[in-house]
Amino acid sequence: MLAVRVLGTAAILFVLSIIVFSMLHLAPGDLVKTLLGTRPASPEAVAAIREQYHLDDPLPVQYLRWLGGVLSGDLGESIRLQTSVSDAIAARLGLTLALCGLAFAIALAVGVPLGVQSAVRAGGVLDRAGTTLGVIGLSAPTFAVGLLLLYVFAYYLPIFPVYGGGRGPLDTLYHLVLPAVTLAAGLGAIVLKLTRTAMLRELDADYVTSARARGIPESRTRRLALRNAAIPIVTGASLLLTFLVGGTVLAETTYALPGLGTLLQDSVLFKDLAVVQALTLLVALVIAMIALLADLAYLMLDPRVRAQGGAA
Amino acid sequence: MTGIDVAIDGIDGPTGPMVAAVAFGIEPGASLALIGESGSGKTLTAKSLVGLLPNGFVARGVLRVDGRAHPLDATDASWRRVRGREVSLLLQDPFTSLSPVHRCGPQIAWTLEAQAGRRLPKRELDLAVAKRLAEVNLPARVARAYPHELSGGMRQRVAIAAALASDPRLLIADEPTTALDASNQAEILDLLRALQIERGMAMLLISHDLGLVRGRTDDVLVMRHGEVVERGATATVLSSPEHAYTRALIAADPVLAIEADRHDRPDRPDRPDRPGDALGHGADIGVSGRIPLISATGVVKRFGLRTVLDGVDLSIAPGQVVGVVGESGSGKSTLARCIAGLEREDGGSIVFDGRPLAPGRRSRTPEQMQIVFQDPYSSLNPMMTIGAILREALAVGGRRPEEVPALLELVGLPADAAAKRPAQLSGGQRQRVAIARALAPRPRLLICDESVSALDVQVQAQILDLLGRLRDELDIAILFISHDLAVVRRIADTVTVVWQGRVVEHGTCAQVLDEPSEDYTKLLVAAARRDSTGRTTVA
Repeated sequence: MLAVRVLGTAAILFVLSIIVFSMLHLAPGDLVKTLLGTRPASPEAVAAIREQYHLDDPLPVQYLRWLGGVLSGDLGESIRLQTSVSDAIAARLGLTLALCGLAFAIALAVGVPLGVQSAVRAGGVLDRAGTTLGVIGLSAPTFAVGLLLLYVFAYYLPIFPVYGGGRGPLDTLYHLVLPAVTLAAGLGAIVLKLTRTAMLRELDADYVTSARARGIPESRTRRLALRNAAIPIVTGASLLLTFLVGGTVLAETTYALPGLGTLLQDSVLFKDLAVVQALTLLVALVIAMIALLADLAYLMLDPRVRAQGGAA
Repeated sequence: MTGIDVAIDGIDGPTGPMVAAVAFGIEPGASLALIGESGSGKTLTAKSLVGLLPNGFVARGVLRVDGRAHPLDATDASWRRVRGREVSLLLQDPFTSLSPVHRCGPQIAWTLEAQAGRRLPKRELDLAVAKRLAEVNLPARVARAYPHELSGGMRQRVAIAAALASDPRLLIADEPTTALDASNQAEILDLLRALQIERGMAMLLISHDLGLVRGRTDDVLVMRHGEVVERGATATVLSSPEHAYTRALIAADPVLAIEADRHDRPDRPDRPDRPGDALGHGADIGVSGRIPLISATGVVKRFGLRTVLDGVDLSIAPGQVVGVVGESGSGKSTLARCIAGLEREDGGSIVFDGRPLAPGRRSRTPEQMQIVFQDPYSSLNPMMTIGAILREALAVGGRRPEEVPALLELVGLPADAAAKRPAQLSGGQRQRVAIARALAPRPRLLICDESVSALDVQVQAQILDLLGRLRDELDIAILFISHDLAVVRRIADTVTVVWQGRVVEHGTCAQVLDEPSEDYTKLLVAAARRDSTGRTTVA
């Protein structure tokens, strides 16, 4: 089963690489002009560009050459930054990863316990408060939450910095708190909903009744239910990571963070095609990997699926 | 004052009173059976005695354990002190009453730790768990197994070990064998009885099956519509029931009714050309000159590495009822699904009316065959009215929607049922709807996959009568899959016994069930006979 999934992921990535490659040719406007950027379009420069990008070769040859470069880490040159794309990405990757990781951790740390408590006392004060918060978190746009938090916690109560990525690990973390909370609002709301629904179902299951009926303490019973609910929560939450990919562009823009999100935004505006291609491919790769990991987590959490996977 | 004393003043649900006042006592070391059909309030009674009634239900009354009074409407916090050490509850379905993602050992260990009120050292715990498993005749290695790795009978033994690990004064067993095969049912009930006597514990055994409790409880209490209609010593109530309802229950019990059925059968106006009766020793019906409606030859089906069907032969003549019996996992349902085209067989051939059918659903037409599933609660779309369900099925067979009333009448349902939704019908009525839906395209073969297993005995008997009548009226052939020998005996002309994906025996009902020649069939028959301990015969 797992082998099939890995092969499937590989196939999806192959198709995506073709699409990403075609972006170059599908982009509106003259290709050479786009590649020239702000340089003057003298005949020599045009010839040089055609030579550099092998534009006179047949398309499949161009694709294979591009793919070979991608696989060996050569993602091309950024016209806007005048550096190699891999350097541009490497310089900003850390910040985005830290932002996503922090946001995800906050979402889980708040969403799961709140979801469990909401389910345990369904209809109670906490449940209703949680549901209200969830609706707000889910429906408020990321940039609006970002602006609101900026106004309250950076301007009105100047606890957190207004913009920038900070220097050194601690300072960076400090700078990332508000953006991470902004991202975590929507994410945590979904985690809360997922956990509540899964826990409600598990608490209603026979094995919970059976555990209660033989005098097993409530705390243990809840852990028992949560362990069973973990299957839908983990698979659901890992797919939520993909939600972060879009969200990070908005959060980074709002807080002017030098991460991949702002890089993508700037590159799209400047038609910096090599960077857009690389980032699109990176996002696709990350999403495919997350989906694969979600399957692995499912395998790890459910012994029944594990047994079937072993047999097939 | 020792023993259990229950005085329930009533249980109220969101829609009004559910159970009327009921009081009973159980001596230490004695057992009481609570008998009633689903909806009679017996499960609510059981749950009220551990304080685990569903939301919206309230019980009034008091439970006394060795003189200690526990009000039934106490808070959850005070119930926690009662559950486990005073009362423990064993649930019906061992497939859902154990957590699927935890190994069996810890699930028993939790009860032990809850009882001790502290964490126990691992070595001590392992030894204690092994001891509890040995008590229910399971090896210590079961502690390392996940529930899905065990058979239904083994799971229920684990659940018993877990429920008894708190050494309760009262064990409530709520239909503990309903989800199990016949051969496991008797073993589990005998085990419960032995443990109950050995421990000097009181037991409340809840069942819908009066036959099952014979010889296994001291007293019996019969409930109907939330009221007690009869009580007394088990043997007395079974031999000389006073209330008409108790008598009806005994009459409806398929195992009990078999004796009578054997005498009835030859008197029934039998059609002379009933092929199953005319043929002996499982000979191929096609050979005798009559073309089989459907014949499956050497059917093979694998799921991954597991071979579920290993070369199964089966043939059904027009108007014939063929029973396929076997335990769960024997492959009998897979066979039915292959014939219906719901599974694609990996080998062998299936021929319908002389024409071979390719695997899968596309090669079959609705007029050839229809299937009726086990669970009438999930096989009908809850959002559709019965009329809409049947109109849809009629359209599939190219028939007109005006024929809905006729279809309802055919299965013995009133015409006003068309306007209702499945939730407004009883289990038996729903199964009638499922049968009507299957009959709508006028199929020549009806496949019943455990179609009466989810029903109470009385309703079961009605549905079996209906199927028998339909066969006679419509000359429809029926493939009847069941794990219950008594039920199969009641309806089938010939019986095929399936074990581990192979046919082990085939012949007329009388041959196979009265004089089984194969060891496995003998085992099945013996298990069914043990169910009816004290009664003259099953087969």
